[in-house]
Amino acid sequence: MRISLFITCYNDTLFPETGRAVVRLLERLGVEVEFRPGQTCCGQMHANTGFRSEAFSQAKRLVRLYADAEAVVIPSSSCVAMIRDQYSGLFEELGDEALRKEFAALVPRVYELSEFLVDKLGAEDVGAYFPHRVTYHASCHGLRALQLGERPFRLLSKVRGLDLVPLENLDRCCGFGGTFSVKNAEVSSAMLTVKLENVLATGAEFCTALDNSCLMHLGGAMHRQYAGMKTIHMAQILASTQEHPAEVLG
Amino acid sequence: MSAGAEHEVIDHPILDPALAPPFPVAALPVLRNPQLRMNVAHAIDVIQAKRARLVAEKQDWQELRSAASRIKDEALENLGFYLEQFEARCTAAGGTVHWAADAADARKIILEILREEKADEVIKIKTMTSAEIQLNPYLEANGVRAYETDLAEIILQLGEGEPSHIVVPALHVNRSQVREIFARRMGIENLSDEPEALTAAARNYLRQKFLSVPTAISGANFLIAETGSVAVVESEGNGRMCLTLPRTMITLAGIEKVLPRFADLEVMLQLLARSATGERMNPYTSLWTGVTPGDGPQKFHVILLDNGRSSILARKTERQTLRCIRCAACMNACPVYRQTGGHAYGSVYPGPIGAILTPQLEQMRHAQSLPYASSLCGACFEVCPVKINIPEVLLELRARVTDQERKQVLRFFDPLYIGLRVANLIFSRARLFHLAQWAGQIGLGFFTRRDGWIHTLPGIGAKWTQTRDLRGLPKQTFHEWWAARRKESK
Repeated sequence: MRISLFITCYNDTLFPETGRAVVRLLERLGVEVEFRPGQTCCGQMHANTGFRSEAFSQAKRLVRLYADAEAVVIPSSSCVAMIRDQYSGLFEELGDEALRKEFAALVPRVYELSEFLVDKLGAEDVGAYFPHRVTYHASCHGLRALQLGERPFRLLSKVRGLDLVPLENLDRCCGFGGTFSVKNAEVSSAMLTVKLENVLATGAEFCTALDNSCLMHLGGAMHRQYAGMKTIHMAQILASTQEHPAEVLG
Repeated sequence: MSAGAEHEVIDHPILDPALAPPFPVAALPVLRNPQLRMNVAHAIDVIQAKRARLVAEKQDWQELRSAASRIKDEALENLGFYLEQFEARCTAAGGTVHWAADAADARKIILEILREEKADEVIKIKTMTSAEIQLNPYLEANGVRAYETDLAEIILQLGEGEPSHIVVPALHVNRSQVREIFARRMGIENLSDEPEALTAAARNYLRQKFLSVPTAISGANFLIAETGSVAVVESEGNGRMCLTLPRTMITLAGIEKVLPRFADLEVMLQLLARSATGERMNPYTSLWTGVTPGDGPQKFHVILLDNGRSSILARKTERQTLRCIRCAACMNACPVYRQTGGHAYGSVYPGPIGAILTPQLEQMRHAQSLPYASSLCGACFEVCPVKINIPEVLLELRARVTDQERKQVLRFFDPLYIGLRVANLIFSRARLFHLAQWAGQIGLGFFTRRDGWIHTLPGIGAKWTQTRDLRGLPKQTFHEWWAARRKESK
């Protein structure tokens, strides 16, 4: 099995350790990983802010770039949701028949990381070791758009040494919402405060998720408040072993 | 939206989209009001818990949702046909049907009927549609006093407040505040804040109105094309009083309220009560068809209100907005509404449905900040009993707002617009993207502290750093790591 990793623009720039972990994890599971250097962004930021023609050109770029990939794995649930929920509408409005066909052929081969592990590889125990108390934040796009359901819990429950603490109000948004966090900064912060109460009440050392954008939001507040908890993308937990413990930055 | 704006917000909420401040500004006084936030969160938690329990017991909940959205779509796709059928059947049963193109039309028609009746007072059943057309102040200015009879509406009318929710409009008021309003306005000394005492006070106040005012105004939950009937659902029985005691009844209904068949109520009523108040069945469901000699009002008028609805109907993605049955489940589920309550939306329709309905009713001339008043978390779509994909409509409206704003000269210098235009250029070529990452490392390096974190940023970045830190950019991007690793292994 050979997969193409779409790392996403913000992971490439801000969270390279997540990408490194995905590579290590998948290679350990016998998957061949390739990375196409021409990749940039899926267009989510533009589409969600109303910049449709810009989002379209980025979407078109992405579909062309991965047209011949065996599978595309993306460690960001909101970017996968962007591709699945918004691309066809954009292509219908602004694209041509050829592009729509190319996309229709590609989209069944696009996977969010936990989908790829559980559905495609059939792997729940990925041989990870992470001896820490952890709580899982179900990012809205993973929860509702991708319907990830039990997948992340099954993966985490098989990690040796990991003590999984349930998070109250799991289905409630952290308030990030992309440009919402600056366009409605005060409301976003109020949502963050309420979410953080639940997250901190778990008494966990780490809050994990399958989307670094929520973690950037939660982690930014934790750091500001000296909260004594850190955020970590689930790929880094799943890549972690006794010999190669997770890279935890910041 | 600068920090200074926080102090410019006036105390009394404005629910006129043409005059209300933008959402981020209107939200500020609520965010700073602990009592308001506690009242809203508490009320929502109670309704949400009841709803969740009753939805869970329905094995066929998803099938019901699908059936309801199909029924509404059928009605909307053949709206002209079903409205005319309703008109014919209602007229045959002794009712009079009026068509109002906009709010001004509807207000004028209602006033003319009231003048004909020589009415200087009118009792009202809770109707958000009458709030949409700003009926009460208009009647007041024309010498007709309107008395609200829904408990929550009485609280707001006597307390000179504004509705903050479409099902429980006084959700932001707690019972000690209700006690204060009733004691002051009804002149009752030693009124306790026990629910029994408060409802008894309201009952005394209302009975006089029911027995003395012969004209009433209602909204409608559903119009039935097949039979020409009108349905109103409520919890208190005050609506039933308004519907049976007066001589003349005036019903104001948006054109999207029509259902093809009487049997469609079977689906709708199951969904509505559970979604709205967390009840298996709402306590009072009133249904009537025209007039019945010797029983109930002897004159009956229906005003079918367009007021922007047919322009919503004309648009493919936005059309689903008109499926709404006004249950308010979306606002109860919304994490944004939970923090801000309803007044921040500057409209009688708050929450996620208000965020899509209001700007469309305003023909995108006002309320352009509302489509952005959402983190797109999707909780609204998940609970919607008629499956309105609210996030999808929000995105559509954001695109329309952006297309409007793009043409404005001032927006050219808006930091968000500059940022997004530059980002688009950057994302068009990997080389440019990598160059921008390099520039970003240098630029943000000036703001990065020794601990590797950014605590303050200028300009639009300050919107982030006002409450959160940002990790400084790592020295090596992922693609650089990948390239270095490939080199090593060769």
